[in-house]
Amino acid sequence: MKKYVYTAVLLGLTWACSNNSQPSKENSSAPVAEDNSLQSSTSASSAAYDSIKGAGKYTNVALSATLDQKMIAGGKTVYEVKCAACHKLSDEKLVGPGWKGVTKKKSAEWIMNFVSNTDEMIDKDPHAQAMLAVCMVRMPNQHLSDEETRDVLEFMRNNDSSK
Amino acid sequence: MRLCSIAVLLVAFASCKPRNEAGAITAGAAEKVYVAPGKYDEFYNFVSGGFNGQVSVYGIPSGRLLKIIPVFSVMPENGYGYSEETKPMLETSHGSLPWDDQHHLELSQKDGTPDGRWLFANANNTPRVARINLATFKTEEILELPNSAGNHSSPFCTENTEYVVAGTRFSVPIGDNQDVPIADYKKSFNGTISFIKIDSSNGRMSLAFQLLTPAINFDLSHAGKGKSHDWFFFSCYNVEQAHTLLEVNASQRDKDFIMAVNWKKAEEYIRNNKGTLKNSRYAHNVYNETTHSATSTIENKVLTLDPSQLKDFVYFIPCPKSPHGVDIDPTGEYIVGSGKLAALIPVFSFDKLMAAIEKKDFDGDYQGIPVVKYESALYGEVQKPGLGPLHTEFDGKGNAYTSFFVSSEVVKWNIKDLKVLDRKPTYYSVGHLCIPGGDTKKPFGKYLIAYNKITKDRYLPTGPELAQSAQLYDISGDKMELILDFPTVGEPHYAQALPAELIKNNSVKYFKIDENKHPYVTRGEKEAKVVREGNKVHVYITAIRSHFTPDNIEGVRVGDEVYFHVTNLEQDWDIPHGFAVKGAANAEILIMPGETCTLKWVPDAEGVFPIYCTDFCSALHQEMQGYVRVSKAGANTPLKYGTNLPDSAVAKN
Repeated sequence: MKKYVYTAVLLGLTWACSNNSQPSKENSSAPVAEDNSLQSSTSASSAAYDSIKGAGKYTNVALSATLDQKMIAGGKTVYEVKCAACHKLSDEKLVGPGWKGVTKKKSAEWIMNFVSNTDEMIDKDPHAQAMLAVCMVRMPNQHLSDEETRDVLEFMRNNDSSK
Repeated sequence: MRLCSIAVLLVAFASCKPRNEAGAITAGAAEKVYVAPGKYDEFYNFVSGGFNGQVSVYGIPSGRLLKIIPVFSVMPENGYGYSEETKPMLETSHGSLPWDDQHHLELSQKDGTPDGRWLFANANNTPRVARINLATFKTEEILELPNSAGNHSSPFCTENTEYVVAGTRFSVPIGDNQDVPIADYKKSFNGTISFIKIDSSNGRMSLAFQLLTPAINFDLSHAGKGKSHDWFFFSCYNVEQAHTLLEVNASQRDKDFIMAVNWKKAEEYIRNNKGTLKNSRYAHNVYNETTHSATSTIENKVLTLDPSQLKDFVYFIPCPKSPHGVDIDPTGEYIVGSGKLAALIPVFSFDKLMAAIEKKDFDGDYQGIPVVKYESALYGEVQKPGLGPLHTEFDGKGNAYTSFFVSSEVVKWNIKDLKVLDRKPTYYSVGHLCIPGGDTKKPFGKYLIAYNKITKDRYLPTGPELAQSAQLYDISGDKMELILDFPTVGEPHYAQALPAELIKNNSVKYFKIDENKHPYVTRGEKEAKVVREGNKVHVYITAIRSHFTPDNIEGVRVGDEVYFHVTNLEQDWDIPHGFAVKGAANAEILIMPGETCTLKWVPDAEGVFPIYCTDFCSALHQEMQGYVRVSKAGANTPLKYGTNLPDSAVAKN
């Protein structure tokens, strides 16, 4: 239980009440065309959800034994512009949870999927939903490129490897 | 005789009482305009704002208002014209103007059809043309027009957006001595037609050349198409050259003119150095999407061509009774003039016009410009179509639709046989019409929208001042069918519409923070700071759900000019933040994701002034706030700033 809560805190998300501003699909039996909502029905695909790797494009992330200093530097730059406003590098919660320990708790795929496919993960992932209730702010998708996403993961790994 | 017919028209109008009946609304009308929750409209409809100086965007067929784009007027809602970045957009040779009268719109075209890139808008009062980027729905450029007054016959464009035109409703004195008696109108006044060149790579406008014309009034215009590609047509009134009581004095002659301009030939004259470079003064304002900032520069030269001296590229075609609209059918062959006081609609043939010019089949000249014989250019006349024809649009199926202000109706007629096919009332007194693509080579048809000048009892009353009324007709069948009323803001004049697919997939969702080249950008909270330069205080402040950095600032003094350069660090769609400070003498600002926007504030008293986010951004929006401490002038309160600082924190720089 403790682990569950901790993991949820790591995600830094919140499931705001049902009146949040995210588009949602209309339920209708009428034979109408596909609507334009961004969000798919959660009930349809939740059975297939992989809570270890999360939902998204990253299914197999190869990690080297030694850390890549260039990627760490790139990740630090991204962190300072797009992440630091809400996440500390310690385990202290600011707007979202501190990053310390995140790579020990979550898989590389899960982290990269969460960073790049934020809205679907917030809607589907049980830990993310629990965390939303703690932080009360949906983590914004900051639209990192593939390279930036990977760099941030390396920066997190480095953060977790230091004392 | 002419006066008599005016009297008849006035009587007809006066007796036209509101007749607020549903008419023949069929049972299927509701289904045709119903766009279910979560669904999109089929067309974007861009509607001029008239006296509000803005452009509004509606969805068709629902009639839902999607957006108001500020163009020539300040907009407190988002800070356009108030933020330091957008103030230059409203600069003119007369200084900063917070308002104008926006009449006509034209979508950029490629091969005679809308390409969804830009929307052009005219300012009627202080002559200007604006370009709106349809990826961002922001006004990106405004070009002032020198030697011009009442820029009405604008901003219509040629088939590949080679040029956008502008013409003078008011002739005025032009040149070095402009302080002349008004009674010297005929001697000292001129009209001008401006051709604005459009750079096809980025849309940038430049004033290519101006035609110096006789002192008459230009009303509307449209470019040729296909076979008439090289030509532009302008309706003219006040050929009488009246300068007072135009209502009577400019309605004396039986015919005024449509002016035909061969712009290819004009280009040739310019290539051969036949133009005269004249001094002038006009503002050119450009908004840069990367710096999120506008600049205003004053230009001072304009190339002019005098068609009374340079022959064979400008001709007048007689057109009955003060023509308002001049509209070219999709084939480019038929030129429809709508004499607003005429009881018929003349349709001219481009082929006949060319033959008449070839044979010099002229009826003399008007101040040095040849006048083609009416019958030689005429294809035929639509007889007894209605009272007060104003504007015509086309459905691409061989039919034309003309609005009638006085008899308050839309009339559908066949272009070939000139027979009236259908007429439907409007509520009330229709001005412009819009069919999606209805002034292009390939109209999309399906709907017709009437923009009415009088609303009266169409909606729940709201006191003396009413919203304007628009009406949507289904024109897919033989007969027009009224299917929707919807209120509009400002006073719509011309409008444009195109299929949503041409725009929606290119719509920008947010600005990339990495590409933000604003001189005062704050890329991440690490760069947040407050810098004093004399009495100017620059605050590099970030916004992200849901706090500002810095949100506590001390060391500002009475007499300082404080510039809050707010950078929105969000990188997702539809997460703007707002910014307000107590006592701000201008508007609040809205900052889109990845954008930097600046609010200037001059604190007038000592104290602690709250700042906060004005756009509900998250569950903790109400916590998105901070304080600025203002000390008396000359005080030595140290500069100190930050977010979540320990109480003992001191200045960082």
